[in-house]
Amino acid sequence: MIDTSLKQLSADLAAKKFSSVELTGAYLDRIEANDAAINAFITVDPDVSLAQARAADERIARGEAQPLTGIPVAHKDIWCAKGWRTTCGSRMLENFRSPYDAHVIQRFNEAGAVNLGKTNMDEFAMGSSNETSFFGPVRNPWDTACVPGGSSGGSAAAVAAALAPAATGTDTGGSIRQPAALCGVSGLKPTYGLVSRYGMIAFASSLDQGGPLAKSAEDLALVLDTMVGFDARDSTSLERSAEEYARMLEEPLQGLRIGLPKEYFGEGMSADVRKSVDEAIDEYRKLGATTVDVELPASELSVPAYYVIAPAEASSNLSRYDGVRYGYRAENYDDLLDMYCKTRAQGFGAEVKRRILIGTYVLSHGYYDAYYLQAQRIRRLVARDFAQAFEHCDVIMSPTSPSTAFRIGDRTADPVQMYLSDIYTIAANLAGLPGISIPCGLDGAGLPVGLQIIGNYFSEARMLNVANVYQKQTDWHLRKSPVASN
Amino acid sequence: MNWEIVIGLETHAQLSTKSKIFSGAATAFGAPPNTQASAVDVALPGVLPVLNVGAVEKAIRFGIAVDATINRRSIFARKNYFYPDLPKGYQISQFEIPVVSGGRVVFRVGDEEKTVRLTRAHLEEDAGKSLHEDFHGMSGIDLNRAGTPLLEIVSEPDMRSAEEAVAYAKTLHALVRWIEICDGNMQEGSFRCDANVSVRPEGSAQLGTRREIKNLNSFRFLQQAIEYEANWQIEQLEEGNSIEQATVLFDPDNGQTRLMRTKEEAHDYRYFPDPDLLPLAIDEAWLERTRAHMPELPAARQSRFQSELALSEQDAASLVSDRDTADYFDAVLEAVDPDDSKAAAKLIANWINGELAAALNRAELDLTDSPVQATALAGLITRIMDKTLSSKLAREVFDGLWNGEGSADEIIEKRGLKQISDSGAIEKLVDEVIAANQQQVADYRGGKQKAFNSLVGQVMKASKGKANPAQVNEILKGKLDSG
Repeated sequence: MIDTSLKQLSADLAAKKFSSVELTGAYLDRIEANDAAINAFITVDPDVSLAQARAADERIARGEAQPLTGIPVAHKDIWCAKGWRTTCGSRMLENFRSPYDAHVIQRFNEAGAVNLGKTNMDEFAMGSSNETSFFGPVRNPWDTACVPGGSSGGSAAAVAAALAPAATGTDTGGSIRQPAALCGVSGLKPTYGLVSRYGMIAFASSLDQGGPLAKSAEDLALVLDTMVGFDARDSTSLERSAEEYARMLEEPLQGLRIGLPKEYFGEGMSADVRKSVDEAIDEYRKLGATTVDVELPASELSVPAYYVIAPAEASSNLSRYDGVRYGYRAENYDDLLDMYCKTRAQGFGAEVKRRILIGTYVLSHGYYDAYYLQAQRIRRLVARDFAQAFEHCDVIMSPTSPSTAFRIGDRTADPVQMYLSDIYTIAANLAGLPGISIPCGLDGAGLPVGLQIIGNYFSEARMLNVANVYQKQTDWHLRKSPVASN
Repeated sequence: MNWEIVIGLETHAQLSTKSKIFSGAATAFGAPPNTQASAVDVALPGVLPVLNVGAVEKAIRFGIAVDATINRRSIFARKNYFYPDLPKGYQISQFEIPVVSGGRVVFRVGDEEKTVRLTRAHLEEDAGKSLHEDFHGMSGIDLNRAGTPLLEIVSEPDMRSAEEAVAYAKTLHALVRWIEICDGNMQEGSFRCDANVSVRPEGSAQLGTRREIKNLNSFRFLQQAIEYEANWQIEQLEEGNSIEQATVLFDPDNGQTRLMRTKEEAHDYRYFPDPDLLPLAIDEAWLERTRAHMPELPAARQSRFQSELALSEQDAASLVSDRDTADYFDAVLEAVDPDDSKAAAKLIANWINGELAAALNRAELDLTDSPVQATALAGLITRIMDKTLSSKLAREVFDGLWNGEGSADEIIEKRGLKQISDSGAIEKLVDEVIAANQQQVADYRGGKQKAFNSLVGQVMKASKGKANPAQVNEILKGKLDSG
């Protein structure tokens, strides 16, 4: 049951081949046996998970099951879940227990899914390697000396190590797609506004978007159905009629126009990544697609614009962690200012502090126009580039990340090098566009390569179709990491 | 040198919505600490603000009332600073584009009409409260007030004295209550002012450096603080010192202002548009709907009182000084339903501004708590108009109304206060008085006018004050002159 698709799991549960308690138990056993080597989970609570599984079994028995009823799903520890410790990978929230459920958690609960545990992540989702977590780095199941990518590294590693059949993540600048690529799993960042941010701990509000990670496009579609939905508690949530994301999965790709931005195939990309992506695009041509060169001239400005906007919003979003009402508070302090300083100095890690400083700086009097307003202008240019490109193509393809998984510790001394890990993923966040990463090869060291598919707003069903047809033709998504075979 | 004082006010009016501006928690005053603070108000991780359209509606009403521009698209921004009673570490406010731009407030100071231009009015959330007593070296935080909707109304520096500033603030206070957007309760902090004060040599076109006095929550403090501050600034300048831009606090105990922080110590609030909230869009339909539900505004009602009811400007202005008084006046007038509405209006205005106002003042009551309701006063007015009551008797009936002795007619009946207008009865009294006062009759006939007044007085006394004085005059004169 471990290697089975969600659709099959759902069918097997309905057919009583096994129960949710058995399925959940099997995954809890795998976590117990393997997670010490991976560190994908921050919190596992078997009693709570198994109680949910029992409730799911009863629901299945009553004939009231939905597609995800009884299926265990791991959640990035950025989602507030009632009764669960919700840390966001930070010492600041090390002992924070949420008194409420995020909208997304509520949707999974209503669907009867089982919460398998809370996954490790870069602190406050700030990082591309999962090395900034207060709870220690996550190790890549393909090579435990390597990073899994980030910030949803725990979720990606959990799926890659077969410690969870599916997981949730969030993506602010590539935080679902990049770890999906580095861990050889499929990940989807939806159009901004489709998944409610209520209860998702904010990093950069105008860029953050939740989405699923799973073994295949087909599985992504099923999880996405549960995650998407209007929520009046999030003013940026979009009110749209519900759609079934699997509805177009099998449609032929004849006539599909694939845009290839030259800016995404330039310097800085490793040869192995280039080879795998080129082969994947050839495969698409064989499936009837045509390719067209498109231009995204503002691309080179995406990373600098992102590293103004995201830290600016973060510096304000993280002000609430002041030691006054909940979370970490320094033990000894002289006065209020000292309490703030020590609490935040001790409660936040280095990367979070770096970004708070950058954000505070760019919003400061006298710098705002030169940095923040300028970055917002670039953001509009980036969106305009994509709009023009989509006049000539249906989807845009590129590598997800310029390299495969790098070794733990390799890039921690050079933040700019680390920031460039997200060079191909950031633009979609700036524009609010949906993006998928699917496995499309292995490099010389046997590490996964990811193919990124960026679509137009609300074209998730079509993008999943594009990913699924490829996956029906190839087996990269079926390759198993060494840990998954344990 | 003569100095000119220049004042601009920033007024925070708490909007009287049931729930907070960005959460569903209640706004009622006085609940036990932190019982009206939701997850959003406490700023738990992951929560998001959702705008209360009721607060926007009230801002629109204000904009219409002061003849301002209602911006079709305004932006909520974050004002970032750390303070324990500011849970998010930022206040959601409006910065570059407020909901209301421009507008003006017109009022009288003495005999002069004064116009103060408004810069803007913007929506924002209030902070919580820090409680420094009762915690033995620690501070308590009460977040009940956090997220309460405020409209910050910013004036141009158009006022030239503390009196003008107070008159402006009182007019604004009456207006926000008139249009029902704020309860105006200053003790509970529902209406409070910051005053920007500077001085300059008379005739100078350039503004002096201002100091801002924070958080004045009574008109008296506003007056005292401005007076003290302006005098202090003048003293400084006359001694050859310069004024440094600063924020100061007013201490009501010693009547002085003291430095809170200078410009150098001022916060850099790092305003930027709040990415959690969409731009606030107000369409024509919303404006029209709001406009249709606006009450008649004070200026319009005053001019109606003057033109249709021929009330003096002073009477009319006094009646529209607040909505309760104006509504009370209209209610009395409607209940009296007189043939001569102008005569009735004058009489009613006199009673409201005179006897009733004095009685309320003595009892320290607001008009809304008056023991004499509009219909009750109307009953009294009706009996004055139909000459059942003389003005003296009317005052007695009013006392009865105040003490809850029933309607005007019941009190007249019970106390036997009906004016005697029966000429036969008055003639009888006159005859008795003439018979008993032959000397004075003779004096009158001898040309002493004073004796006549004395005889009238005797008749009135004999009637226990109830005889119609005009009739007494007429009958007595007739009898004396013919006899």
